[in-house]
Amino acid sequence: MDHVLLAVWQPLGLTPLPWLAVTLAAYMLGQIVQRACKGAPLANPVLIAILIVSALLEATGTSYARYFAGAQFIQFLLGPATVALAVPLALNLNHVRRSLPGVGLALLAGSLTSALSGVAVVAWLGGGREAAFSMAPKAVTTPIALSLSQEIGGVPALTAALAIAGGIIAAIVGRTVLRWLRVEDWRAHGLAAGVAGSGIAAAQVAPLNGLAAAFAAVGIGLNGLLTAAFVPLLAMLWPR
Amino acid sequence: MASAFAILIGLQLAGEVLCQTLHLPLPGPLIGMALLTVVLVARGSAGTAGEHAVPPSLLKAANGLIANMGLLFVPAGVGIIAELGILRREWLAILAGLLISTVLGLAVTGLVMHHVSRVAGARQRSAPEVPAE
Repeated sequence: MDHVLLAVWQPLGLTPLPWLAVTLAAYMLGQIVQRACKGAPLANPVLIAILIVSALLEATGTSYARYFAGAQFIQFLLGPATVALAVPLALNLNHVRRSLPGVGLALLAGSLTSALSGVAVVAWLGGGREAAFSMAPKAVTTPIALSLSQEIGGVPALTAALAIAGGIIAAIVGRTVLRWLRVEDWRAHGLAAGVAGSGIAAAQVAPLNGLAAAFAAVGIGLNGLLTAAFVPLLAMLWPR
Repeated sequence: MASAFAILIGLQLAGEVLCQTLHLPLPGPLIGMALLTVVLVARGSAGTAGEHAVPPSLLKAANGLIANMGLLFVPAGVGIIAELGILRREWLAILAGLLISTVLGLAVTGLVMHHVSRVAGARQRSAPEVPAE
């Protein structure tokens, strides 16, 4: 049986198709699990898919580079999907403009809290400067986070991992935490997802409500600009 | 469908070009998002894009991409297994920092947004010269 599987797998393994199919199937399975759990936030399809694919890579002894050669076609769609966030944003721009003071203050407070508390907790628990400054830009959209991490002496690969993990955490606990704080407003849910969890948290909240999608898009964009401005200043306070 | 993807990819490309030539601190797709927002709002009226300002095929493609955006993060997320070495060394500090900063960031952003817009909304409602919408 193993030989048959191997004979089929080996030639196919050279094309991008198998790992593309595995990634899609794992995500669909994640969605099925989430539906079966009645939309429980912990049954997050992104998290489930990552666990399934990682386990399969481990079991088949496939390197991440080999996997990514196939899966990069999925990741490529992130660009057009980010541009597509302009549609809910444009449709709800009057709401965004009307709550501009709220957006500005919430962004400033949330963005500073997120970056400062990340650095402070890592330092307090004995983490090194590298770990602390890999953490600082993690709430920002990944391309900005990577170049910032490089600039301030973090480890870009670690920042990428933290950005994904933080996004998943925000997607899982976001709505629960905010509802527990009696925040029911879709604008606040969307903005908080964009500021604290970037694309992944936005992906969780955006399909639920157009207003939330618009504010998440605003949160991702403005948080990127703000963090790119103040995190390098923060890095100067803790010299290498 | 083809026209919708041409719009999305074309504006992403325009964003990348602007990012490279003007050395903007934002990545290409985010600049593309800003460009598309401006175009859609310009096609609409009263500073917002009505439904008629968004071509139906673009609306459909955008909704499809946004509804499945989570899938697009799976390949990068699997990359976490490549970083297990660093994570294992300082796991406690990293895990605690990640959890605490994410939850605090969420809570502070949401709370400030919620309360500031409630105060602003109340002021709007109590001012008689502002017509109700």
